[in-house]
Parts: sequence; C-alpha cells; structure tokens
Amino acid sequence: MNQAKAKRNFLSTGSDWTFDLIETYDKEIGKIAAEFGLDTYPNQIEVISSEQMMDAYASVGMPLGYHHWSYGKQFLDVEQNYKRGRMGLAYEIVINSSPCIAYLMEENNMMMQALVIAHACYGHNSFFKGNYLFKTWTDATAIIDYLVFAKKYVQECEEKYGIEDVELTLDSCHALMNFGVDRYKRPVPLSAEEERARVKEREHQLQQQVNDLWRTIPKSEKSGDGSGSGESFPSEPQENLLYFLEKHAPLLKPWQRELVRIVRKMAQYFYPQRQTQVMNEGWASFWHYTLVNRLYDKGFVDDGFILEFLQSHTNVVYQPAFDSPHYSGINPYALGFAMYTDIKRICENPTPEDREWFPDYVDKPWLEIVDFAMRNFKDESFILQFLSPKLMRDFRMFGLENDVLDPFVEVKEIHNDEGYRMLRDRLAQQYNLSYREPNIQVQKVNILGDRSLILKHTMNGDRPLNDDTVEVLKHFRRLWGFDIRLESWGKEGLVKSYTCTEETDS
Amino acid sequence: MSYIIDRRLNGKHKSSVNRQRFLRRYQKHIKKAVEEAVNQRSIKDLNRGEQITIPQEDIHEPSFGHGQGGTGSIVHPGNKEFNTGDRIPKPPGGGGQGSGSGDASDQGEGEDDFVFQISQEEFLDYVFEDLELPNLLQKELKEIKEYTLKHAGIVSDGTPSKLNIVRSMRNAQARRIVMTRSSKRLLLELEEQIEEIEKSDSALKDEALLQELLLQVSQLRQKIDKTPFLDSYDLRYNHHVKEPKPSSQAVMFCIMDVSGSMTQETKNIAKRFYILLYLFLRRNYEKIEVVFIRHHTSAKEVTEEEFFYSRETGGTIVSSALKLMDKIVKDRYPSNAWNIYAAQASDGDNWDDDSDTCRKILEESIIDQVQYFTYIEITPRNHQSLWYAYEQVQNTHPSYFSMRHITDLTDIYPVFRDLFQRRLHESSKS
Repeated sequence: MNQAKAKRNFLSTGSDWTFDLIETYDKEIGKIAAEFGLDTYPNQIEVISSEQMMDAYASVGMPLGYHHWSYGKQFLDVEQNYKRGRMGLAYEIVINSSPCIAYLMEENNMMMQALVIAHACYGHNSFFKGNYLFKTWTDATAIIDYLVFAKKYVQECEEKYGIEDVELTLDSCHALMNFGVDRYKRPVPLSAEEERARVKEREHQLQQQVNDLWRTIPKSEKSGDGSGSGESFPSEPQENLLYFLEKHAPLLKPWQRELVRIVRKMAQYFYPQRQTQVMNEGWASFWHYTLVNRLYDKGFVDDGFILEFLQSHTNVVYQPAFDSPHYSGINPYALGFAMYTDIKRICENPTPEDREWFPDYVDKPWLEIVDFAMRNFKDESFILQFLSPKLMRDFRMFGLENDVLDPFVEVKEIHNDEGYRMLRDRLAQQYNLSYREPNIQVQKVNILGDRSLILKHTMNGDRPLNDDTVEVLKHFRRLWGFDIRLESWGKEGLVKSYTCTEETDS
Repeated sequence: MSYIIDRRLNGKHKSSVNRQRFLRRYQKHIKKAVEEAVNQRSIKDLNRGEQITIPQEDIHEPSFGHGQGGTGSIVHPGNKEFNTGDRIPKPPGGGGQGSGSGDASDQGEGEDDFVFQISQEEFLDYVFEDLELPNLLQKELKEIKEYTLKHAGIVSDGTPSKLNIVRSMRNAQARRIVMTRSSKRLLLELEEQIEEIEKSDSALKDEALLQELLLQVSQLRQKIDKTPFLDSYDLRYNHHVKEPKPSSQAVMFCIMDVSGSMTQETKNIAKRFYILLYLFLRRNYEKIEVVFIRHHTSAKEVTEEEFFYSRETGGTIVSSALKLMDKIVKDRYPSNAWNIYAAQASDGDNWDDDSDTCRKILEESIIDQVQYFTYIEITPRNHQSLWYAYEQVQNTHPSYFSMRHITDLTDIYPVFRDLFQRRLHESSKS
C-alpha cells in the first residue's frame, strides 16, 4: 500500500460532521460502490433529529402515513423506551423508493454518518433495486405518491364520515394486514395517478360487482345451509383475506372498500421486506464493511476512524448465544453478513468441504456470485442455497423440536456431518412466512342462505391459533357484516372451531 | 447522484396528531389515572406529569398467529454441550427461552402493561378539563380600566420631562465631533506654521504672513466655538405607550374552621380542595396571592404552615372569619384590581345565632366584591344552621356563590369539577 502518500488524503479528521463532509463522503463511497458494480436508485439523504427518528419509527419508516392511533401508541412506546435508555435508536432508516430516502440522525458522528451512507444508500438501496421480490411486489417510483394519495384519502374520509368510523374500519383492516397479500399472484404495480383517477370509477364498479353477486339471493333468507344447492362460492379458497373482503363483502360502503384496499396495498409493499430480513440486512452490512474498508485502503480515513468503525460494525453483527441474557433469536445482521462474507470466501479460498457442497460457486468471481445471491432469493431459499457447514459450525447451531405435551425438548440435530442438511432445512423453514404465520383461507360463503362465511385454518405441526383469534374474528365480522366461523383442521380432521356472531361492541 | 437535505427544521411533532388520536382513544384510562393521582398526591406534587398505565389487553392490536402448543421447531446458536438426541427438561412455566418453542419469542408483545408519560400540561388539562373559572370572561371584558406604561424605544420629540439625557448628550457629542473635525485639523496646521515662523530668525520673519495666519487662527477658533453644544437635533426622548393591563392578578382566600370539632382528616380533605383551587387559578392568572384565614371563636390571618398544621381548639364563630376577610379585601385587595376568590371549608358547626350574621356579611359586602365564593361542608352528619343560611345566599346569588357537601376524600374531585363546571348559560346573567 502506498500508505505514506495516502496519509495526505484524509477526507476528515475529528468526529464532527458537516453537510460538506457528508457530500464528500457520499461522493467517494459512491465512486467505490460503482467500482464494485452496485446498481442503485438515486439517493436522497435527509438529516433528521432524534425526535424525527422516533416519528419515522412510529410510522414504520414511511415519510408520510395516514393518521391512526396505533402510530401514536408506537411513538409513545419508542419515546418511553428511548428516554429511559432502554434502547438506542437505529442509526438509519431507509425507504424503498426512488430516489431512495435515507435518514441520518444529527447526533451521529462523522464515522457513523459514513457507515450509514454506505449501509443504507448503497447497501439497502442496491438490494431494493436488484432483488426479485422487490422488483415484483413494489414500485419504488410510485410509493411516495401512493402514500400521499392514501393519506389524503383517509383524511377526506374522516371529514366525510367521521374519525370514529374511519378508525374502526382501519382497526379491522390492520388486524388482518398480514393476510392482505397475494403470495403467489404477481401484483399490478402501484401508481398513484391511476389510483386517483380510477378511485371513483372503482367505487362504482366494486359496488356493482358486489351487487351482482348478492342479487342471486332468493327472497327466503333461511333456506337451510345452502350447501347442496348450486356451486359454492368462492370457487377456490382465498388466501388474501383483505382482497376477498374488498371485492366481496356485501355491506361495505365504497369508501370502506377503498380503505381496505389502501391497507392491503401497504401490506403488499412491506411483504418483500418481511421475507428478506436476513438477506437485506446482511447485504447492507456486507457492503458497508467492504466499502468503508476500501475507503481506508485508499487512505481517505485515518486509523481512529477505522477502529471506531470496526467497533460499531462488530456490535451490529454480534450474535449472542442462546443462553445469553441478550439473546433474542438469530440476529439477521449477523447471519446475513456472515453468509455473504462466506460466499466471497467460498469463491476465493474454497476448502475441500466447500468444493463438495458448492461445486457451482468455487473459484468463480465472488462479485458475480454475491450479486446472483442477492437478486434471486428470499431468506428461506437463500439459506437453503448458501448456508455452509462452516457457518453452522461457526454459529454453533443446533435444532430443537418441542412438543407441548412432552416435558422435554429434544435436540434434533447439531452442527455435525449428520446434522448439516437437516439443520439447514430447519433454519430455512424458520424464515418461511407460511410456516411462521398460520394458514387461514376463506373456504366458503353461504351465498344462498344467511351469508355466513367459513374460514379454514389448516394446522401446521398441530399448532393452534393464539388467543387473539376471537378478537380478530370480530374485526373480520365487522368488515364482512355477517356471521363468521373459523375452523382449525389438523391431520385428523376438525380440531376446533370459533364462531363470531353478534357484533358485541361498537 | 445524491441529494442531501437538512430536515431537522421542519416536521417536528409529526406524530402529534397520532398521539392525540391515541390519547383520545384511551381517554377513559387517562382520566381515571389522573383522578386517582389528584386524590393521592401530596400538595406540592401536582406540578409534574403523570405516568399512565394501560393494561396490555386493552391496547393490544390483535392478529392471527400461532399460539402455544403443537410441535414447535427452532434453531438456536451457541451450542456448547448438546448432542443429537439430547432431551432437555423444559423450564417450569414453559414457553421461555431455550424451551425450543420459537413462538413465544415471536409474539413480540410482552406481557407488561403499556406505560407512558403525559406532561404536566396535559395532566392539568385533564384535571381541569371542561372547567372554566366562573365569570372570568365577563371580568376580562369589563376590567380593562387599568393601564401600564411600557417602554417603546427612543423618539426624537416629546415632552421635556421625558428627555433622555444620556442619549441626547451622546448625540450632541457625536455631532460636535463631526462638525468641528475639519476646522480643527486646519487649526493645527496653522499653529504649526506660526510656531515655525516664530522660531526662525527675527530678520527672516515674515511679519505679514504671520499676521495673516494669526487672523485665520482666530477665525477658526471662533467658528469652532460657535458650534452649538447642544442642538435641538440632538435631543432624544423616552417613548412610552399605554397598554391596557389585563387583570392578571388574583387573590385567593382560604377560610377554614379549626375549632375542636374539626379533625385532622377533615382538614386534609379541605387541603386538597384548596390545592386544586390554587392550581386552577395559577393556570389562569399571572400572579396569585393566597390569604389564609383560620378561625374558631376569633379569626386570624396565618401562614400556610400554621393554617394546615397548627392545633387550636375552641368554639366556632364563622362570622369572625368573614369580617376579617372583608377587612383584608378593603385594605389590600381592591376589587377593581384583583380577582377575588374565596373558598371556605367547615364541618358546619357554628353558634346558632351567628349563621344569620354570616349571611348578612356575605350578601351585603363580600359577594359584590368576589368572583366566586365557594363553601364546602365536610361532615358525615346532618346539616346545621350555617348550611341553611348559606343556602339562602346561594339562591339569591347563584352565579357567585356555590356550596357543596363532601363526605370523604374521593368526593373532592367531582365536587370541584361540579363547582367550576363551565357555566355557559349563565353568561347572560348579572
């Protein structure tokens, strides 16, 4: 290294940041990122105060959202914890939009700002632009406009129909938010302009569609179960509960349908993020580490800077052991960072074990392989594809199985030759949303009878539903307008059924 | 290409609407907490916010998820001694860390209640919600009789009595320096020339030139001397503007019976009531004075300490306190300058023939001067003559006088609210 010469190139000394310095750092980091071939949206770096950061937290990082009490609750919660020193604020929040908005906190020192720029503006940013899930599910150029539309629409509804009613509808939608995504169907991209232009038309159309469905109802309300008579509706089970309600709930008013749609669109927008936590954070951490180290190699930052950086970085990717008081599951930063670093290692310095496990990747250019890994996977498949035996050993992973009736927990496999594949499957399953969340679908509507609706919960590993179920059903009933029955089906048949008939409150 | 934006200046309190929504939704909880706090806190304590606790089940946002039970599966890091097939006993209570049921940690929400802080402002807002000082509005409208003179800078004309000497002299000096500068420089030069000529040999002396120079010097001196020491331009005057002075001061009379029949408990109840009144006034007036009058057979003005805690016994003559109050008002708190509030607490004991005297004093003198007179009777027993005498006053002056009956500590707050309930319909009266 040409250290002696490099010494003169420090972009800054000391810990204070200025806007000029941020610009300089961003320029240099951007240059390095381009050398590595990172493809990004333009960046919009916003410096904010800690209070604004708490605001951002409360609104799931969205720069603007409609008003709802639950965001107020979240804000109070964050504020309380922050004030008591129970938690630090995240150093950054980044939004999947184009330009990609990244928040920097003013309290951070220059090193942190540089770390955040590398992490968010080049790491996350390129992930948003490259990963297939984000490409499929979200439209980065339109999200901000859509948020503006949603906020305005909700506000108008509040003016027209009262805060109370809007809040009730939103509460119910939020309760079903995680069941407002199409898991398999590719969505139509969001476009605020079209939304606005078509909202009137859609209100009309939707109502029309609903009316058509219900027009077939004969005069006599009680005509048995309606099971034997004619075709059943829906013709196939529906997994997107919010979509189903939006399209088919008989009593919703047009504006309520639009609210359901807004919440559904939000859910869909966040869906990729929930599926790529490890990949996304790992990717960003891998790149902030690589980019800032490169800054140091080029002599742009001094020793103090890089030492402080390494300390922060180590904290971010720290994985406490399961028996540590700090343990709260596997740290996605740690796992993701380790995996990308490991992929690079496999490409550059493969061991015989790697040659056996990853014959396609050894001795390939690492940049190509990590890029491939970033673009074409979600957490579940990423782990299945790339988690190496070495990492399982490094993390000292072990798999447990727990039957509620058994007073013991059984260690199913550990980090050894017999265990690697099973362990990897088990870990991957953990990141599979359809394993994590119960499988609940609309099974049948009694369209000829009392309009009651049956939801079917297909149990996975005999796991029952949680205590919220009755509450959520009330919300579902509020939107549907008629009686609901939820049936939990296990391997041996019907296990439990919940019914929700009269709306008790409101 | 990156854009860098400083967002710190805008968008503060972006969440305030959401916060308001939240507070609105949980109003019931907050009000209950505030009410409890008012009853339980000690006097000086009402000056801070309050911690509000809402049970988790009331605030929880439900969603479908897996509950306890069935077969769970999880991968943990940090294995030390486990081997395949090991069976680890579950910790009692189940579901905790390391039990292998990943669902417990997936739930996110803990079992803790939701706790948050409301500020002192918000706290007091809840305490005084829907309350308004009676007749405050009317008083404000008619009471703008008083003016204060406020400094409003310096102006160039005014009456001699408002002359600002320092500023005027400073201006004068500046003007003199400016006006004589060039003459003085010339004078200096001429004097040097003269000196030079005078030093030189007498034969060479140019008498004519010397005379000429001396003449010029004397002319310059005259010119400088003529520069006025103080010119009318220099004068500056203090400027004052008349500002209407809102009646921003209030005096609160606390009158309490300390005769033998009053127990410490009744006194404590009364104390709470005074605290509330004081806090309430403090939010509406800049300056508040409090006068404590205690009485048994004779009345005495005392300090707060003495008022609440010192012990004395004797009979009861309520009118003595009213007389003293009337006197103090006339001496020190003229009703055109002060908003006068009075709060009297008693257990209802009085000499029988004194009650009517009390009524007379109130009706004839006190009631015309006060904004509001409240009487609370703290007793579990039946009313006595004083109550009935005061009832008459209430009937004749319903918007200036009110009375309530309190039996125990938790009654205070509702009674207080009751007493000062917004009286919209009464604004037409009086």
